[in-house]
Amino acid sequence: MSLLNVSKLTRNFGGLTAVFEASLHIDKGELIGLIGPNGAGKTTLFNVLTGVYPPSSGTIELEIDGHVTSLGGKSPHRICAAGVGRTFQNIRLFKDLTVLENVAIALQQNVPYNLFAALFHLPPYGASERRIAEESRQLLDRVGLGAKAGDLARNLSYGEQRHLEIARALATKPSLLLLDEPAAGMNPAETAELTGLIAQLREEFGLTILLIEHDMSLVMKICERIYVLDHGIVIASGTPSEVRNNPKVIEAYLGEEVPRA
Amino acid sequence: MATFKRVGLRALPFVASYLIVLGLMNAGVINDYVFSIIVTICVNIILASSLNLVTGFTGQFSLGHAGFMAVGAYTCALICINLGPVVGEVPAFLIGMFAGALAAAVIGTLVGLPTLRLRGDYLAIATLGMAEIIRVVMLNLHITNGAAGLSGIPQVVDWNWVFLFTALTLVVLWNYIRSSQGRRAIAVREDEIAAEAIGVNTTAAKVQAFTIGAFFAGIGGGLYASYFFLIKPDQFGFLKSIDILVIVVLGGLGSLSGTVIAAILLAIVSTVLAEFSDVRMIIYSLVLVLIMIFRPGGLMGSREISDTILGRVFKRGKATEGAL
Amino acid sequence: MTEFLQQLINSLSLGSIYALIALGYTMVYGIIKLINFAHGDVYMVGAYVGYASMSILRLGFFESLILAMLVCTVLGVVIERVAYRPLRNSTRIAALITAIGVSLLIEYTMMFFVGADPRAYPAMPAFMNGSVNLGGVIIKNQQMLIIGVSVALMILLQFIVKKTKMGKAMRAVSQDPDAAQLMGISVDRTISFTFAIGSALAGAAGVLVGVYYNSINPLMGIIPGLKAFVAAVFGGIGIIPGALIGGYVIGGAETLVSSLGFSLFKDGVVFAILILILIVKPAGLLGKNRKEKV
Repeated sequence: MSLLNVSKLTRNFGGLTAVFEASLHIDKGELIGLIGPNGAGKTTLFNVLTGVYPPSSGTIELEIDGHVTSLGGKSPHRICAAGVGRTFQNIRLFKDLTVLENVAIALQQNVPYNLFAALFHLPPYGASERRIAEESRQLLDRVGLGAKAGDLARNLSYGEQRHLEIARALATKPSLLLLDEPAAGMNPAETAELTGLIAQLREEFGLTILLIEHDMSLVMKICERIYVLDHGIVIASGTPSEVRNNPKVIEAYLGEEVPRA
Repeated sequence: MATFKRVGLRALPFVASYLIVLGLMNAGVINDYVFSIIVTICVNIILASSLNLVTGFTGQFSLGHAGFMAVGAYTCALICINLGPVVGEVPAFLIGMFAGALAAAVIGTLVGLPTLRLRGDYLAIATLGMAEIIRVVMLNLHITNGAAGLSGIPQVVDWNWVFLFTALTLVVLWNYIRSSQGRRAIAVREDEIAAEAIGVNTTAAKVQAFTIGAFFAGIGGGLYASYFFLIKPDQFGFLKSIDILVIVVLGGLGSLSGTVIAAILLAIVSTVLAEFSDVRMIIYSLVLVLIMIFRPGGLMGSREISDTILGRVFKRGKATEGAL
Repeated sequence: MTEFLQQLINSLSLGSIYALIALGYTMVYGIIKLINFAHGDVYMVGAYVGYASMSILRLGFFESLILAMLVCTVLGVVIERVAYRPLRNSTRIAALITAIGVSLLIEYTMMFFVGADPRAYPAMPAFMNGSVNLGGVIIKNQQMLIIGVSVALMILLQFIVKKTKMGKAMRAVSQDPDAAQLMGISVDRTISFTFAIGSALAGAAGVLVGVYYNSINPLMGIIPGLKAFVAAVFGGIGIIPGALIGGYVIGGAETLVSSLGFSLFKDGVVFAILILILIVKPAGLLGKNRKEKV
């Protein structure tokens, strides 16, 4: 069953084409990897998918329960509401807020009470706030940050910050989760732990995941299919073993690390 | 029970300051001059805390707060003058306050919708321009009586009203910041792109905070007009906006208690310096520059009194409280 | 037609003054991303130095102009050195408040010494009080002087920025201070130089305004300063030709509104233009929109 259909997506910046006629197809429940050399346009593709940049041309369609929504050109918060959550390559937490607050903000896409209740703390303010705090805690427990709920996000370790970003993205209740280099900067043990967590979260939350990653051990291990981007063009796609043996992919990576598991 | 205790603790400074001023007034310690300083402090608290919502909590740099104050002041004054004889002074004052705040809020929304897309300095300069336009309009309209301004506004405001509106402003702003809506605003300040990505409609959040800020600036303006019974366009110029901003920055961006402390402190400094009127502004500006160089976060940073050691004596850390 | 040409001349004189001030704003903003609110006050100081030089030292117009430019150069460099440099890595708002503080400090220090009352500029030599009548269009010699001096200074500035080593350094630092530093450019010195040039131009504008309007006061820098900033934003802040275009547009708009009989509204119109351009083209007429990298 199809979830995301990207067709001939192009994004130009002035004279530079960062993504050119990229087409992707993702079924519900899949875990897909997006790889490519540095500067291949992976993060730009994410940014277009999540509305940070509007596409120059092409279509993005999200299908949930038989209902198709076109995402192209919509603002990021609408795309988020439609069911696409994301993390950032260069971690963008609300650093001066607590860990709990980071998740709580993401939980309240539909603000649960009106402005009047907010200004005077009238019902259902109290009950809603308790529910939001409770749900936030559960999510934090799930990614192993329960004990850090009251800490400022800036005081978390690097790996913990990446976990918090995932918890925050989960709080938006996405159907499709985009992870931008979730294991960047982690040591092998942390990467292994994260790999397990991603697989578990997919089961638990019924997620479909598209992830950018340079750590090939992670990609090859958990992704069912892989898209390879080079110079903004999708040059190959298929199972990990297919991609690994694709001559185009090897050529694209020549001079860089060759994808090996 | 715990909630009850918490509310009680928060109400304590309010009740105490109300009673102290009341007692001193009855004892004759506070004369008219001192009382006018107290009113100035309260008006400044209202203006600065509402600007803090916009600049300190939402991260949107506004240099035009005096414009909203002017709208509130003129609306309230006109209603008091024209409606007072018909419905009585106090009802006219209350209608005027509400209408003034509402008018400021409406203008805030109208200005905010297009300009809040701008970032940083550009927004600052656009809001500055907006306030100047408001001032020029007040200067040229027939109904506002031009440069001479409005005088003879019925002086309804006493300590009860001043206290009521100041406390109301602080409580409502405090509540807002600790609500889902308020957290959205803070998320915008922290990282606009991340906020958008997790579903926050950042434009809506900014416009909402801006509108609420303008509403309370209108309240401050109405209170000012009613107590000082004489208003002129000059009083709401660029320098007034700067005055308000200085209180906010001195107290700490993102700290309501800092704003209150700074408003009181600056009033005291200003009163002491009033005797040396020719060097008053020199010292004032020098202090401003020195504070920015040596303590750019202001007195409180973004903390509240309740987060400091003093606050911890009364209540345990945030995280253990269970709520957000 | 005559009326139009007359207003055009008036616009050009006023616009030249705004453009001279706007250049300083735009160069400083381009290089350290700070709205230097004290810039309008540097211009005021220039006007007072010109006044003192002509009435007390009995110097001529051009000598006074140069003296004012020199004093303002020093003042601008000192302001940057003492107030802005310590804040270079702090938040934008702290720097802006500092700029406002410096502005107030200059205004009220000046007021302390010279009093708050406006002063009349010393009488000009005869050759400057004459005028030329060109088929009904009256061009005052003062206006020719203002336009002439401004254009000469702008050409000089263009030469400095485009042709000299320091100008190249200025452009490099405004593009990317870190990279410029790595290339061996002294960022501190370049910033000082930028303040020096900008302040000198403001000083010149101060003297010209004194001559043109014949009245100066310690708070005279606030409104023209703001308007010059509007001019800089209009043209695209950080872009030198933009400041020129902005200065003349603002000068023209103001003259037009006054000549239509709405002179009380002219300040409002200037700011309305500002808000309009910010909404339609936030980066200004010649500016390019840049989006934050994610």
